[in-house]
Amino acid sequence: MTLLPKLALTLALLFAVPAWAVEPSEMLNDPAQEARARELSAQLRCLVCQNESIDESHADLARDLRVLIREKIASGDSNDEIRTFLVARYGNFILLQPPFKTSTLLLWLCTPLLLLAGGFVLYRASLRPRAATPALTEDEERSLDELTTEVSKDRI
Amino acid sequence: MYVEVGHYALILALGLAIVQAIVPFWGARRGDVALMQVGVSAATGQFLFVGLAFAVLARAYLTSDFSVANVAENSNSAMPLIYKFSGVWGNHEGSMLLWSLILATFGALVAVFGRSLPLKLRADALAVQGLIGAAFLGFILATSNPFWRLVPAPLEGKDLNPILQDPGLAIHPPLLYLGYVGFSIVFSFASAALIEGRIDAAWARFVRPFALLAWLFLTLGIAMGSYWAYYTLGWGGFWFWDPVENASLMPWLAGTAFVHSVAVMEKRDALKIWSIFLAILAFSFSLLGTFLVRSGVLTSVHSFASDPQRGVAILAILVFFISGSLALFAWRAPLLRQGGLFAPISREGALVVNNLLLTVACGTVLVGTLYPLALEQFTGEKISVGAPFFNMTCGVLGLALLFLTPFGFAMAWKRGDLLGVAQRLLVALVCGALVLVAWLVVGRHEPALAWIAAAIAVIVLVGTLSEIAVRILRGAASLSVAWSRARGFPLSFWGGACAHLGVGLALLGLAATGLGVEKVVTMRPGVPIQVGAFQVTLDSVTPRRGPNYQETVSHMTLRSAAGDVVATIEPSRRRFASREMSTTQAGIVTLGFGQFYASINDIDAKGDVPAQLFWKPLVTLIWLGGCVMAFGAMLSVADRRLRFGAPARARAVSQRLQEARG
Repeated sequence: MTLLPKLALTLALLFAVPAWAVEPSEMLNDPAQEARARELSAQLRCLVCQNESIDESHADLARDLRVLIREKIASGDSNDEIRTFLVARYGNFILLQPPFKTSTLLLWLCTPLLLLAGGFVLYRASLRPRAATPALTEDEERSLDELTTEVSKDRI
Repeated sequence: MYVEVGHYALILALGLAIVQAIVPFWGARRGDVALMQVGVSAATGQFLFVGLAFAVLARAYLTSDFSVANVAENSNSAMPLIYKFSGVWGNHEGSMLLWSLILATFGALVAVFGRSLPLKLRADALAVQGLIGAAFLGFILATSNPFWRLVPAPLEGKDLNPILQDPGLAIHPPLLYLGYVGFSIVFSFASAALIEGRIDAAWARFVRPFALLAWLFLTLGIAMGSYWAYYTLGWGGFWFWDPVENASLMPWLAGTAFVHSVAVMEKRDALKIWSIFLAILAFSFSLLGTFLVRSGVLTSVHSFASDPQRGVAILAILVFFISGSLALFAWRAPLLRQGGLFAPISREGALVVNNLLLTVACGTVLVGTLYPLALEQFTGEKISVGAPFFNMTCGVLGLALLFLTPFGFAMAWKRGDLLGVAQRLLVALVCGALVLVAWLVVGRHEPALAWIAAAIAVIVLVGTLSEIAVRILRGAASLSVAWSRARGFPLSFWGGACAHLGVGLALLGLAATGLGVEKVVTMRPGVPIQVGAFQVTLDSVTPRRGPNYQETVSHMTLRSAAGDVVATIEPSRRRFASREMSTTQAGIVTLGFGQFYASINDIDAKGDVPAQLFWKPLVTLIWLGGCVMAFGAMLSVADRRLRFGAPARARAVSQRLQEARG
């Protein structure tokens, strides 16, 4: 029942604030700046609702952050500056894509490491000399021939 | 009184499950046929009693019997009948009972239809299945009993969570559970094979239909859940990489790997130990998924029905079965004989690559889902692992896998010819390249990833179709020869082809999400708004009364560029008085394979409606693709060769034929 917690979450938020994601009143007039704001907010986590981006979230805090991002974009901050500002305030927790550093090394490297390990195992397995399948005896050859002719007759 | 009958039936079912776990196992060790046969009756009996308990709970829900605490908590007499019924599993206790019912159903299926199985194998598999059943029935009775009474009984129930009052609840959880629990049979057979220390192609033939069934239901369940989220959550998203979604994706990935590896095992007697490992993995992930969803360990803030005590109990079950089976694997797997040689460039080799990519994706999802939890436990540092991470890692693996899919499909068993295959796929590769050219010409401002994904989807679709054509037409003198040849292909071939086409379609739908149009606007009645090639006008806003809610409906008209009315849509906001909550009902109209999607917010003081409007080209292909995949699995399940007892019947038929001839 994968959706239940997700739905319950949305529900809890609806209960708290009868608002929803990105409202027309928040949006910037410049389409390019607005697009940047949308892209940025899709990568930032709503801090009160676990697994939604602030672009999707209905929570008050998410709306405040959306407005804040738009103010900063309008005043000329770059995406990196905004991200740095938010991380300084809320920690790495706000980034939906975790930063690459010592404590996340295993996370980021797990996919290539798993691939390498799997590839290595396969390589080793292909090198390992296997017992060759013993050749058929004459009797077996003969009965195989009989069987195949029988089958091909059946087909026709 | 009938409620106590249900309660008692559940206790009896637990007793039978314990008998089923012990007696046939013991019989198999002693070689005692009568004791082994006990498993059959116990499994059937367990199914009947769990079924009775479930029917009793369903009756309590349908008759709104609020003297049952579980019903009073999660139902309401004003709810439509369908939600009263689906409310049975819209809560923790009821959903665990459904889980157990499906588990018992699969056990009974093996008991009833497994007559042609080797006695020992069936006895051991039923014993393991009984052990799982006993663990979960015990869990329900000890911590999550749905039959407790409430004294005095309230006059009215608290109502089902409004967001769950949707046809989706009637379909999604049962399908998903059929998938999760279906892998239990595969797991039980794998354990039985390990206990016996013997495994062969016949084992693969018994297990394959069950694996395909489980995979079929899991695929449908995930697709259905995704569509439910899409139309309920109000902003058109369909996959969120939420921990609980990941929990259903992991068994799906492992299960997908298994249905491929077991095909190799059946045809070529290779990859045996690996298949056993995947069988254990698939069900372990099902258990992990149940644990993550039911304990709320990862989703503590949006807890649906979390309770630390229950979480610990499920964790104990999880640890017992996973570590037990892995220990059994480590101890017994070396006894199994490896077989089946093949060159690296071959159908088998391609399927090994398929398995590698799928298991790495599965591992990535596992690590990504649990990493924040572990990091916080060990260092106190809090990080988030969300959609961008998964899209990057699993996206690359998925695209690589899908690009290779038609190559594997066209490859010959045992020793393949890469160049020959590439030549056979020439048409597909050219079509894929054309998509990329189209991107350079018309869509350069659109996301590159969407077009690359579209190109790969086209390669999968065209590659699969052209491979079918090549196999049917190659050297065929006439159409009738081609037709009889097509009819001669086994159903499992058509099933595989169909499933691959489904994946291609789903990928095409996913790719097209990058090419849609979205507008966030305040709509004023009568003022048209341009969304892509369409014009949308808000006509009026009216109140409406539902059975247990009040809603505000926005009536909108959709017009084409020429000004013709294409459709009318009615997105709305619903208010449920019983829980003081609101939900958004999106207005959706399907045009071709695309959809126009509108969701609205509460009307503002000036009488304007804030709205999110989308044009989503080809979006329905995502779920249709899922259905096509499931249909492919159904074709494979229906393959006569894979049916239980097919060899016995075939033998009988050929004997009769010989008699007739002789």
